[in-house]
Amino acid sequence: MLALLAAATAPENLSTFSPASPAAEWTRELFVLVAAITGGILLLVEGILFYALIRCRRRTGPADAEPPQVYGSKPIEIAWTLAPLIVVFVLVLLVGRVLWEVRPDPVAASAGVQPLHVTVIGHQWWWEYRYDSYDGRDLGGIVTANELHIPVSPPNGVQRPVYLNLQSADVCHSFWIPRLGGKTDLLPGRANTMWLQANEPGLYLGQCAEYCGTQHANMLLRVVVESPEDFEKYLAAEAKPAADPTDKVALANKEAFRSQSCVNCHTVRDKQDTRANGTFGPDLTHLMARKTIAAGMIPNTPENLKKWVFSPESVKPGCLMAGFDLGEKDMKAVIDYLTTLK
Amino acid sequence: MATAEIEPTPAPAASPPPWTATLHEWLVTVDHKKIGVLYVLMAVVFLFLGGAAAIAMRLQLWAPGLTLVPPITFNQFFTLHGTTMVFFVGMPILIGIANYAVPLQIGARDMAFPRMNAFGFWTTFFGALLVYFSFLVPGGPPAIGWFAYAPLTENSFARGPGVDCWALGLIVSGIGTTTGGINFIATILCMRCPGMTLRKVPFFVWVMFWTSIQIVVVMPPLTAALTMLEFDRQLGAHFFDTQAGGSAYLWQHLFWFFGHPEVYILVLPAFGMISEVVPVFSRKVLFGYEFMAAATAAIVFISLGVWAHHMFSVGMSRTLDLFFVAATMLVSVPTGIKLFNWLATVYGGKLVLKSPMLFALGFLSMFVIGGLTGVILACAPIDFQVTDTYFVVAHFHWVLIGGTLFGVFSAIHYWYPKVTGRMLSERLAKWQFWLFLIGFIVTFAPMHFAGILGMPRRIYTYGSDRPWEIWNQIATIGALIQAPSYLIFGYNLVVSLWKGDVAGDDPWDAWTLEWATTSPPPPYNFAVVPVVKSRRPLWDAKHPDDPDWKYE
Repeated sequence: MLALLAAATAPENLSTFSPASPAAEWTRELFVLVAAITGGILLLVEGILFYALIRCRRRTGPADAEPPQVYGSKPIEIAWTLAPLIVVFVLVLLVGRVLWEVRPDPVAASAGVQPLHVTVIGHQWWWEYRYDSYDGRDLGGIVTANELHIPVSPPNGVQRPVYLNLQSADVCHSFWIPRLGGKTDLLPGRANTMWLQANEPGLYLGQCAEYCGTQHANMLLRVVVESPEDFEKYLAAEAKPAADPTDKVALANKEAFRSQSCVNCHTVRDKQDTRANGTFGPDLTHLMARKTIAAGMIPNTPENLKKWVFSPESVKPGCLMAGFDLGEKDMKAVIDYLTTLK
Repeated sequence: MATAEIEPTPAPAASPPPWTATLHEWLVTVDHKKIGVLYVLMAVVFLFLGGAAAIAMRLQLWAPGLTLVPPITFNQFFTLHGTTMVFFVGMPILIGIANYAVPLQIGARDMAFPRMNAFGFWTTFFGALLVYFSFLVPGGPPAIGWFAYAPLTENSFARGPGVDCWALGLIVSGIGTTTGGINFIATILCMRCPGMTLRKVPFFVWVMFWTSIQIVVVMPPLTAALTMLEFDRQLGAHFFDTQAGGSAYLWQHLFWFFGHPEVYILVLPAFGMISEVVPVFSRKVLFGYEFMAAATAAIVFISLGVWAHHMFSVGMSRTLDLFFVAATMLVSVPTGIKLFNWLATVYGGKLVLKSPMLFALGFLSMFVIGGLTGVILACAPIDFQVTDTYFVVAHFHWVLIGGTLFGVFSAIHYWYPKVTGRMLSERLAKWQFWLFLIGFIVTFAPMHFAGILGMPRRIYTYGSDRPWEIWNQIATIGALIQAPSYLIFGYNLVVSLWKGDVAGDDPWDAWTLEWATTSPPPPYNFAVVPVVKSRRPLWDAKHPDDPDWKYE
């Protein structure tokens, strides 16, 4: 059964039983242990019940004499009060131990520890990521959406714990990557801290785990764990302003985008000016660096982008992005511009 | 006119009263038995409504990406399903059965406050109607989940009046429930027949006493929270309006301070029902009555201090988490004591496997699983992983169906002969039992695995890359196996009114006072107020050579 629960291969695997982080490992071990204890109790109870069911039947008719009436027994009662109390006491100690393991105090940067701090802001129905600092370095200004990149932290190497500062722009959400450990909620008006640390590079999936309205089901999470080198490259790329078009067509495309109401909700960090500075929707500065759009729902291809801009409702019913019928020419210009945002 | 009054025309004895008279009698009744039946009928109707929503959701989740039920409708369905099953099925059916049985079991002629009793039923009923009225308002029913986390319920996110219908409906029905709790406390404290000290009440009565205390303690916080919500929505207050400095966290504490004890309000009466049925059908006295009684009180007290185990993922401190872990674990001890005592009652008995006992055995074998997954969930680190997933959905359905509903079916099969004077069909009951048991397991067992594999609850669909399809398909098949069992139950209830065997006063050879009067009992219950000497007065009467009171 355990093998079955852990079987699927990454990244489609969201099993809490195939941990890829210290917290998820601790949790799985606790789970297995508690499941074994409770499973033992279950077998005991069902065993007694079925034994009684088979052995203690009224075989003859109702005229049969009543069985001996046993009113109770103090020693037995005390025994089966104390035994569970002992089990409970041990379990509470175990849980306390694991609780402090999976929710450790944040560690500051030092030799052998390179913490990453990211502010995660939940929105209906997408994720905003603001990189704060890495290994003591200020990263202010890197803003992205829906795909979180973090550096790997191999069990026997430099520790790269990730501390997420969880906030919400609207309603309650919950950040949960099953293979990287338990979930923590994002509450409006409250900042929660969550610790992530991934043993191996790869793509880890999850999704919002607190009901947050119409499209709760499609508020998907993607965490890309990469080597420290790749991660540095990612940070460098994300820190840059948007690609600057050089040729005439591209400039016209950019102007087409900037003249649409896209800029009211979306930001494109640009050397030229801050016309596109909306914050209601995801930051688009490096849109094409992301593999998916609509919070992980569909692959980020020009066709899908077009479909999404034209009618988000057909992709994600109830979502808060408005559809824009820009006409053939402007639509092509806008999509062409978006695809340059690498 | 005068002569007519002196010499009335003798009415033909056989002709039934016109249906309008019967209707009028039921609508204005203050008889605890009729009110009890009304509660149960209301609950059965809402059981079918809530069940229909569940079937629709299960069909939608059959495969990834289905568009059978649109997202908003799906979210409205799970909101109504949860609200209905907790407030308009669970509580009314338990209160209704207790309304019928408690006065009879303590040898009383009615509840302490018959008019308040009727008031309680009608407010509960109209509260339910008010919630369902949301179908007629712009925007339709609320899509907030049954625990309605703020600020999703605030004007900014729920613009239509659906949430208002929901909140006001729950306030109104909550008032009804509270009066019911007060009424039970007064009845059990003041109306017991001579000789029945508080230590000698039937176990179901004892449990209803403590459940009622719990109702009176935890319904007001819910009413307060709902009122604060309505202040926010209608009067511009900001209790939970996070955009104006309100607190989402506060709502969660207020709601779960009600919400967790509510689980015990839903399951304790079932414990009481099982404690009546198991002894009678094992032909043995309840093992360890005093310990069972103490365990009941312990559950009530401890369960008032466990609510934040619903909020482990909300980011409380580790110390606070550990407190709620310990409290939650502790509440499993008295629950375990109860289970062991039921097993000890069965053990060494001479089991009679009639329908009430089948459901009671279903309870014993299934409730323990829900209890044990509760212990797993009480471990905060595990809860961080599987809370708000299908693992939790499986857990609480295992408690509320495996516990409450099996207990309720057991009680209904047990007391139906008393209520109607007819036996339910054993053949139909067996069909119902097996379809229900198998369907229930097939529906909810796979949900544990879906949850462990990362499937959150309350999602209207999932991507085809998710490994959850097979578990959802098994669950949906289970739901379709379960569905006919409810129809058989409804059919059995109706058809046995005419076709059932005549029950007689005491068809189960039972031991508590309700079986000493006729079936159905007369409006006044007992022609002569009974006098009892032990917890099993009818045992004493049937075994004068070896009565209970010698041992108690």
